[in-house]
Amino acid sequence: MTDTGTPPLVRLQDLNVKFVTRESTVSAVNDVNLTLKAGEVLCIIGESGSGKSVSMRALMRLLPERRARITGTVEVDGKDVLSLKGKELSDLRGGLVSMIFQEPMTALDPVYTVGHQIAETVRRHEGCTYDQGMERALELLELVKVPSAERRLRAFPHELSGGLRQRAMIAMALSCRPKLLLADEPTTALDATVQIQVLILLRKIQAEMGMGVIFVTHDLGVAAEIADRVAVMYAGRIVETGTVQEVLGNPKHPYTQGMLSSTVHGNMRGKDIEAIPGSPPDLRAMPPGCAFAPRCKYAEAACTTALPPEVIFDAGRMARCIKVAPDSVRQKELVPAE
Amino acid sequence: MIAYILRRLLFVIPIALGVSIVCFALVYIAPGDPLNTLLPEDASAETIAMVKKAYGFDKPIPVQYFIWLGKVLTGDFGNSIASGRAVTDDLFKALGNTILLAGGAVVVAFSLAFVMGLVAGYHSGGPVDRAVTGIAVIGVSIPNYWLGIVLVIIFAVELNVLPATGMGPRGSDTFNFWEWDHFRHLLMPMLTLSMIPIGIITRTTRAAVAEVLNQDFVETLRAKGLGEREILVHVIKNALPQVLAVMGLQFGYLMGGSILVETIFTWPGTGFLLNKAILTRDLPVLQGTILVLAMIFVATNLVIDLLQTMVDPRLKRS
Repeated sequence: MTDTGTPPLVRLQDLNVKFVTRESTVSAVNDVNLTLKAGEVLCIIGESGSGKSVSMRALMRLLPERRARITGTVEVDGKDVLSLKGKELSDLRGGLVSMIFQEPMTALDPVYTVGHQIAETVRRHEGCTYDQGMERALELLELVKVPSAERRLRAFPHELSGGLRQRAMIAMALSCRPKLLLADEPTTALDATVQIQVLILLRKIQAEMGMGVIFVTHDLGVAAEIADRVAVMYAGRIVETGTVQEVLGNPKHPYTQGMLSSTVHGNMRGKDIEAIPGSPPDLRAMPPGCAFAPRCKYAEAACTTALPPEVIFDAGRMARCIKVAPDSVRQKELVPAE
Repeated sequence: MIAYILRRLLFVIPIALGVSIVCFALVYIAPGDPLNTLLPEDASAETIAMVKKAYGFDKPIPVQYFIWLGKVLTGDFGNSIASGRAVTDDLFKALGNTILLAGGAVVVAFSLAFVMGLVAGYHSGGPVDRAVTGIAVIGVSIPNYWLGIVLVIIFAVELNVLPATGMGPRGSDTFNFWEWDHFRHLLMPMLTLSMIPIGIITRTTRAAVAEVLNQDFVETLRAKGLGEREILVHVIKNALPQVLAVMGLQFGYLMGGSILVETIFTWPGTGFLLNKAILTRDLPVLQGTILVLAMIFVATNLVIDLLQTMVDPRLKRS
């Protein structure tokens, strides 16, 4: 994953997030390494509870400070996010990095107009007046193709449909021209047709503005539509990375393979879907070896004793599985089981 | 918005009529005859009939209601049976005194409770929250007449620093807010009266703030880069409708419900007036006072409703 030349826009190194409560410690994210180049779209795929959203929030330090222990390195555009203090951190949020959330229903403040909420962000980061912020908000709503934008500026979130609300959310996220956009399942709560519209819009704006995007989803179709690169997460770990063609076309990790074979295709009527048996491990008590081993049909004794190494095939092409490690491939050092 | 206000005002008319019927009827449902206190026990049947006629009690009750309503609409509540004075004079004087007392309690209770609730909501689960919740529970649990008596024992009887009764020195029946000699008479009844609203509003504010802080949009506000102070404004505006609802109810109770406290401190307000009127079965005073208090309650609710819709536009639909 070493890329010489320009430094990456995002660099996550050994990112760990643990939620500590009196009763238990949940290891939500374990030793995640990721890089994102400027202008690149990375999709993080994984099922619920695999640590996708938590990783996103760690990138902006949005996790509750009292309970979440974040360790490792989080660098965005050369800034060490984990060491930022008060004002520096809030300058980063919404300025350099912004985020689109899953539920447009609840992610907007219900008692302020859409325009106000966008203008507020602009005013916060660009130090302009409220009216200038409103003008910018209008431009943004037009940019995200909200019909009769001027009227929608004065609308409250509950007066808009889910799709329009998500567009308003996107407009808000784009308001200060961020270099990095984090999208946490932005289309999951939308109707299928609206989903496609929003995806196309995001892709187009991304290309125009040249933003780096990390897009979290559990929908492989969405990933195929929008991603340049894909990272597959399972139980808080990245198990496979690569370009979208590589990962979806030639999956290496049994989990990715299982996920792909459990999707529905056109000519499957009448046949059973091949689901992955079992359920993800309890993040409070992780098994010592590969977290996927109990559900893996290729599992052998070695899988449950030590954590499989990251097997690197090419720059940016990795799978964390002992079965895919041919002798000719250079192995990263074996990670001892904890 | 103006159309909405007008529509809400129209809704008030049937409510007001209903309230007036209840006010009028209640007094008839209640046991006791006002004439008993007025006439000697051995009054002859003719005398009774004559007095009944003089007060209009001989007519059928619906007719009495409409006559009463007609007068009420012109501001005439009739004359007190006990004192013979116009009910309007006594009533509005008492009302002024109650507004003074309740208003003081409202300012103290609402501001204190709101701040305490806000702080507790922000630190929900922590020691500050537990302390504030403790205060709130004490506030709602202590009966205010008991607290009033205990305060009198401590500050008037034992320490002798505050007057036990009345609203001014030497039985003064006027009140000057800006004069310490008068103002100190207000302190104990005001404190007594504010305890329950403090408890209730603190708990409501705390719950509302904690609930708002748990909502997704707060994370969005953080993700936009807003500072804690700007987020606080959003949180307050979202919590406000719930808090306003409870404040409105409490204001209504304070305006009419301080019979016990006003009686303990002989504060000549509406509660005190009602208490006297009940004891003497003074029908016109009772009807007039209850009606005016009920109307204040209705008006308060209307104002709160409108304020809530101004804060939270989602409420306009229902």
